[in-house]
Amino acid sequence: MSKGSHTRTLALLFGFSFLYAPIALLVIYSFNASRLVTVWGGFSTRWYVSLLENDQLIASAWMSLRVAFMSALLATVVGTCAAIALTRFGRFRGRLVFSSMIYAPLVMPEVITGLSLLLLFVALDIPRGFWTVVVAHATLGMCFVAVVVHARLVTLDRSLEEAAMDLGATPGRALMSVTLPLAAPSILAGYGLAFILSIDDLVIASFTSGPGSTTLPMRIYSQVRLGVTPEINAISTLLIAGVALVLVLGLALGLTERRQRA
Amino acid sequence: MSAAPLIALENVTKRYGAVTAVDDVSLEIGAGEFFALLGPSGCGKTSLMRLIAGFETPDAGRILIDGQDMAHMPPHARPVNMMFQSYALFPHMSVARNIGFGLVQAGMPRAMIEARVQELLRLVQLEGLGARRPDQLSGGQKQRVALARALARKPRLVLLDEPLGALDRKLREETQFELMRLQRELGAAFMLVTHDQDEAMVMAQRIGVMQAGRIVQAGTARDIYERPASRFVAGFIGEANIFEGVVERVEAGLCSVRLKSGALVETSCPCASGQSVTIAVRPERMLLELMHDDGAANLAGVLLDSAYRGDRQTAQVRLDDGAIVRVARSGFEAASSPERGAKVSLSFAPQAAWVLPE
Amino acid sequence: MKARRSLAERLVLGAPWAWLIVFFLIPFLIVVKISLSEAALAQPPYKPVFDLGDGWEALSKLGELSLSAYAGLADDWLYAQAYLSSLRLAFVSTLCTLALAYPLAYAMARAPLRLRPILVTLAVAPFWTSFLIRVYAWITILRDEGLLNHALLWLGLIAEPLHIFASDAAVVIGIVYSYLPFMVLPLYNAIARQPPELLEAAADLGASPTAAFWRVTVPLSMPGVLAGCLLVFIPAIGEFVIPDLLGGSDTLMIGRTLWVEFFDNRDWPAASAVAVVLLALLLGPMALYERSQMAEAGS
Repeated sequence: MSKGSHTRTLALLFGFSFLYAPIALLVIYSFNASRLVTVWGGFSTRWYVSLLENDQLIASAWMSLRVAFMSALLATVVGTCAAIALTRFGRFRGRLVFSSMIYAPLVMPEVITGLSLLLLFVALDIPRGFWTVVVAHATLGMCFVAVVVHARLVTLDRSLEEAAMDLGATPGRALMSVTLPLAAPSILAGYGLAFILSIDDLVIASFTSGPGSTTLPMRIYSQVRLGVTPEINAISTLLIAGVALVLVLGLALGLTERRQRA
Repeated sequence: MSAAPLIALENVTKRYGAVTAVDDVSLEIGAGEFFALLGPSGCGKTSLMRLIAGFETPDAGRILIDGQDMAHMPPHARPVNMMFQSYALFPHMSVARNIGFGLVQAGMPRAMIEARVQELLRLVQLEGLGARRPDQLSGGQKQRVALARALARKPRLVLLDEPLGALDRKLREETQFELMRLQRELGAAFMLVTHDQDEAMVMAQRIGVMQAGRIVQAGTARDIYERPASRFVAGFIGEANIFEGVVERVEAGLCSVRLKSGALVETSCPCASGQSVTIAVRPERMLLELMHDDGAANLAGVLLDSAYRGDRQTAQVRLDDGAIVRVARSGFEAASSPERGAKVSLSFAPQAAWVLPE
Repeated sequence: MKARRSLAERLVLGAPWAWLIVFFLIPFLIVVKISLSEAALAQPPYKPVFDLGDGWEALSKLGELSLSAYAGLADDWLYAQAYLSSLRLAFVSTLCTLALAYPLAYAMARAPLRLRPILVTLAVAPFWTSFLIRVYAWITILRDEGLLNHALLWLGLIAEPLHIFASDAAVVIGIVYSYLPFMVLPLYNAIARQPPELLEAAADLGASPTAAFWRVTVPLSMPGVLAGCLLVFIPAIGEFVIPDLLGGSDTLMIGRTLWVEFFDNRDWPAASAVAVVLLALLLGPMALYERSQMAEAGS
């Protein structure tokens, strides 16, 4: 329409191309027949086939999924508790310290978090393995869950809970039957976020995992260090496709829900 | 109105999709005039104001300010300033910087801006509050800052979008008189958008009544109240009792109208014999009497309800044909009121019966 | 006063408290403690001091605390350089991210209302895909024989391949790319929630669209700018993956230094000391970030 709207369209095009072009190239070259990553040698799915034969990679992918599932579960339970405490318990003692500890890991460099957790496990003489990675990821994840759920809880009308109590519900019942169902989408989003953080994480897992608990990012990292191979493009494409699927499903779910409400 | 109007709208139309918000509106506002655009919500009055300010472009028609076509004039170049319904004060600027914003844009030297801002603060009685932030002000103070900001550039026309909507009743009434004083002192034209008929009648010299995108009547408050152009105007500004009938006979300037109920009433409005007419009578011009005997009356009915409202007393009467008629008397006169259920007769003078030009 | 909390309430409050104390607070104290130990060829590879198991006797061992790890940090010019270069790269990257994110966030916030949820999802979606993979994608693009150079050579814009890969520039590109969603989101929120009448009021008072942008939109988006910059700057300082995969052998960043001390040199006290100093550096920005976040949550 106006000059301004052209500039804005341009900004959108440029910004989103920058965000998506590298990912698109990665996906395209995963179907490259040539071993040379930058030379197009025709369409092929050979790298996907060779993935299936890579037992180590499959084992670490399975490990990552298990870690992510468990750690996100823990993170969601503890993080939701933290969000409830932040929103509903008023000015309890140590609230500032509490909320500082919730917000800090969001920006804390991963090397510090990883190192400190490792040193804890060593000090407690806990052998490193599946559970140490789960605990480490849950610690990071719970903070994200707490922030996401807290953001939703503060927007909820307090009088809904008060109405429930007025109608004879105990505070606990009111929370379980009114507040949590309303916050459920954000709790689900929190779980998804914690899951993704865990699946993605390289640094914290490198510190806290032991022999036999190598996660997928650790495996990919060690392969990347040895050199770029189309096989990594293939596994990356599969991961991206998985995330895209979940996102599209979530978006569709959100849209239908909104339509039903309207 | 004088030769050249300040603002002239010529057949202006604005559509949003299938909705025609402003429908073929033509209107003139003179320099120094206080004009009110009155209508229910959704009638297009805010759209019309936004067209004048330049936030929207008309789909058809022209808007002229001082004879100059505004078609390609962006809002920031128009000699018009607006006071927003939400006030739209810049939250990151002090009161003084809010008021001075337009002057900075005009490139006025700093010292002059400061002097002008002080002058405006005095004008709206906010001396000493220049350093405050908008969120430290009360609703009434914010309203004054918004007004001062709109006045700062000495615009020829000030647009006021529901300026008193957020104020409580008492403050609203005080502010009405204050706005009128300011308008007289400054000599600028004010255009007020409101859905409140009292506000429009108190403040404006001329009122334009809008309905469904059209200006259905424009005139003084007295014109509109006493000679409404349509049933809608009669009902929107004040209350009106509507009677439908056919003119039976015209004699010495008086028309006798046979109503559907069979009653015969008179009006002094010019009519032709045999014409179907719609008559509007204001409640305060209805006369109510108790029927002592069982003699027949022209408009007979039963008193449904009456209420004492201090300055006046209102009553509802159900006529024998089922129609409900509202009656009002001054509270002082209504020392004794008939009881609910009493049989009453109603009448009105021929001069009180206005034939709607439909 | 409030009534005593029920058992359920105490559990809801106690669980996250306990978790944070055990897995967040205590680990830091251990890092500090080990940074005060001496490296040793042992398993674990440091000489334990100040063991809490010793009870009060531990206090008598206070004198054994060793500052050797910190002395090592101070002696070796390389550490100081790594800190400085981390700060510099994080700062430059933050500015570049802001420059790229602002137009994007602005265009998103001014897009038609029904498009906005889709645009926000599009802007955030890359964050949901693996960080490692997104950094990896740039290796193929930036290498001397990579896609960017191929394209530029083919277009005839350059005669020789650009050496971007394995340099500080590649690290900056990697950080900008990886952290862009973190900048876009707070900026978008800060711009989208501005009432549209403010811009109309500015226009009404004679401000051209450009003037209104600089005098109204930009100042009002400052909280978003601050939050976005901190959200990029703080983690970028300690970044490991990006300098390791995209940087050159001479790219010094403190996250990488810590990693090397720990995994390659097995010098745990040195790694801990690096972490403690890094944390001390970040304390100011982190406090600033937390305050802005809590103000946001409170409002």
